[in-house]
Amino acid sequence: MSEPAIIEVNGLTKTYQVGDVEVHALRGVDLQVRKGEFVAIIGASGSGKSTLFHILGGLTPTTSGSVRINGRDLAGMTNTERTDLRKTTVGFVFQKYNLLPTLSAEDNIRMVQYIGGRHTEFDASFQEILKLLGIADRMKHKPRALSGGQQQRVAIARGIVNSPAILLADEPTGNLDSENSAAVLKLMKDLNQRLGQTILMITHDADAASYADRIVRMRDGRIV
Amino acid sequence: MLNKLIFANLGHRPVRTLLSVLAIAVEVTMILTLVGVSYGTLDQTAQRARGVGADIIFRPPGSSAIGLSSAPMSDKIPALLMQEPHVAFAMGTMVQPLSGFDSITGLDLDDFHRLNGGFHFLQGGPLVNDNDIIVDEYYAKQKKLHVGDTVNLVNHDWRLAGIFEGGKLARICVKLHVLQELTGNPGHLSQIFLKVDDPSRAQAVVDAMRLKFKGYQIYTMEEFTSLLSINSVGMLKSFIGVVIGVAVVVGFIVVFMAMYTAVLERTREIGILKAVGASSGLILNILFRETLLLALLGAAFGIVLTYGTQWLMRHAVPASLVQETVYGWWPIATGIAIVGALLGAIVPGVKAVKQDVTEALCYE
Ligand SMILES: Nc1ncnc2c1ncn2[C@@H]1O[C@H](COP(=O)(O)OP(=O)(O)OP(=O)(O)O)[C@@H](O)[C@H]1O
Ligand SMILES: [Mg+2]
Repeated sequence: MSEPAIIEVNGLTKTYQVGDVEVHALRGVDLQVRKGEFVAIIGASGSGKSTLFHILGGLTPTTSGSVRINGRDLAGMTNTERTDLRKTTVGFVFQKYNLLPTLSAEDNIRMVQYIGGRHTEFDASFQEILKLLGIADRMKHKPRALSGGQQQRVAIARGIVNSPAILLADEPTGNLDSENSAAVLKLMKDLNQRLGQTILMITHDADAASYADRIVRMRDGRIV
Repeated sequence: MLNKLIFANLGHRPVRTLLSVLAIAVEVTMILTLVGVSYGTLDQTAQRARGVGADIIFRPPGSSAIGLSSAPMSDKIPALLMQEPHVAFAMGTMVQPLSGFDSITGLDLDDFHRLNGGFHFLQGGPLVNDNDIIVDEYYAKQKKLHVGDTVNLVNHDWRLAGIFEGGKLARICVKLHVLQELTGNPGHLSQIFLKVDDPSRAQAVVDAMRLKFKGYQIYTMEEFTSLLSINSVGMLKSFIGVVIGVAVVVGFIVVFMAMYTAVLERTREIGILKAVGASSGLILNILFRETLLLALLGAAFGIVLTYGTQWLMRHAVPASLVQETVYGWWPIATGIAIVGALLGAIVPGVKAVKQDVTEALCYE
C-alpha cells in the first residue's frame, strides 16, 4: 500500500425504519479506499449504493459499524464537524443533479464556492473544465432551461469546484449520451491522474466502470 | 452571493412576497397612523391652549391633560383668583365633551377679548343671542357649515353666527351661561385661564397658588403644553401599546406563514445547501435575511402608505383628526415590524435546520 486509506468502512449497516417496516439498505459493508484511488461501484438498483455515499458524506447517520474519513471516525464527529467535512473534504455529484432551481448554473457553482469560503473568479483551469464539460456557454441559464445532461454536468462542475479530497459521484453519466459520457469520464480520469483526486463513482455502465482503477460490486447491501 | 440567492428566492414566488410585504406595510401604517393622529391631536390641543394667550391654567383636581368631563369649579373662583398678587385677569370656561376628540366650550367673549384680543372671524361675527354658536374654519369645512346654518349639538339647535380662525382655545364655542344651564351645571366651570402682570413671574405665581389651592391642578401654560404628550396621557399610551401588540402578532403570523410555506417548498434546496457543506447557521442566515428584507420592504411601503392615510384624513375629517408625520416613529415602527417578522421566522427556521437531508434529496 503506497498511500494510507482515506476511507475506511468496517461492518457498516444501515436500517431505515419506514413505519413498522425495517428496510435494510446496508447489511455489513467493508471498504477501504486509498488516497488517489478511482473506484467504481456497481450494483443493482436498491443495493444501497446511494445510501453508502450519503453515509460517507455524513448526511445520514449509520446504524452500526464504523466509518473513518482521513482517519477520523464519523460517529464521533459533531454536526458542525460533519458540515465542515462536506465543505472541505467530500464533494458530491448527486444522482438527481440537485441544483438550486432559482440560481443560474454559474451561481449554483459559485454558491458552493462561497460556502467553501472562496470568493474568487473561476480560474483558468476551471474555465477549461467547463469547456471540456461542454457547459461553458450555458452558465447564465437556470437549471430549468438546461437539459438533464447539461444539469448533470453543471452538478459535476459544482462537485469539483472546491477540489474536495474525495469526490463521490452518483451515476455522473446516467443521463449523458456516449460523447458527453466520455468527456465526463475523461475529465474524472484526468483529475485522478494529474491531481491525485480520490474518486468514488457509482455507475450501471460497465464501460464507465472501466475508467476506474478498481471495481466494487454491491448486492443487497453488501460488497461482493 | 447569499443576497443573490435571497433575491432569487423572493422573486421566485412574487405573489407570496408581495402579500407578505403588503401585510407588513399595513402593520407599519397602522402604527404610524395611530401615532400620527395622537401627536396631531395633542399638538393641536397644545397649540390652541397656547393660543388662548394666558400665562397660567387652573384646573379642578383629578382632571386629565386632554379632555374635561365635568365642571366642578364654582364660577366665583375667577374673581377670587384675581385678588391674588400679580394676577391681572382670570377667565373661566366650561367644556362639554362631544363624541371623539371634539368638545364644545362655553365662554364669555368679552373676557376672551381681554385675554388675547378675541377671535378673528373669517365669516359672520361673535355670539350675540343665546342660541348662537361659533366654530373654527376646520370644523366648518368638515361639516360644510355656513353662517346662518342650524347646528344641533348637546340636544340643542344652535344658529351658526360666525366662523373664526382656528388655533385659539377651542373649535366650537357658545355662551358660557347657556352651556352651563343646558348641561345642568349652572355656575360651574371646567378650567380657568389666568394672565399675570409680568409673564416672567408666572412660575412664582403658580408656586404660590399651589400652596393656597391644594389639590387643584395649576400650571404655567408652558408646563401644561409639555404635559400634552403621549406618555402623560395614560389612555393613549395603552391604546398605542395594544395596537403595537396587534401589529406584532399580525406581522408574526404573516411571516410565519410565508416562511413556513417557503421552508416546506424548499425542502430540497435546503437539503442541497446542507449537502454541499452549508452550516445550520448559514441556512438560518439566509432565511432571516430574507425575512429582514421582507420586513424592510414592508416598512418602507408602510411609511409611504402613511402619507395616504394622512391625505385621506386631511380631506375627509380635517377637524376631528389631524395626522402628523412623526419621523421619530419611522425607525420604531420598522423595528416593530422586524421583531414581529423575525419571531415569525424562528419556527420555520428551526424546521429547516432539523430537516433530514437525504429525505429532502430523494424528492423529485
Ligand atoms: N430515506 C430512505 N428511507 C427509507 N428507505 C430508504 C431511504 N433511502 C433509501 N432507502 C432504501 O434503501 C435501499 C437502498 O437504496 P439506495 O438509494 O441506496 O439504492 P441504490 O443502490 O442507490 O439504487 P439506485 O441504483 O436505484 O440508485 C432501497 O431499498 C431504498 O428503498
Ligand atoms: Mg442510487
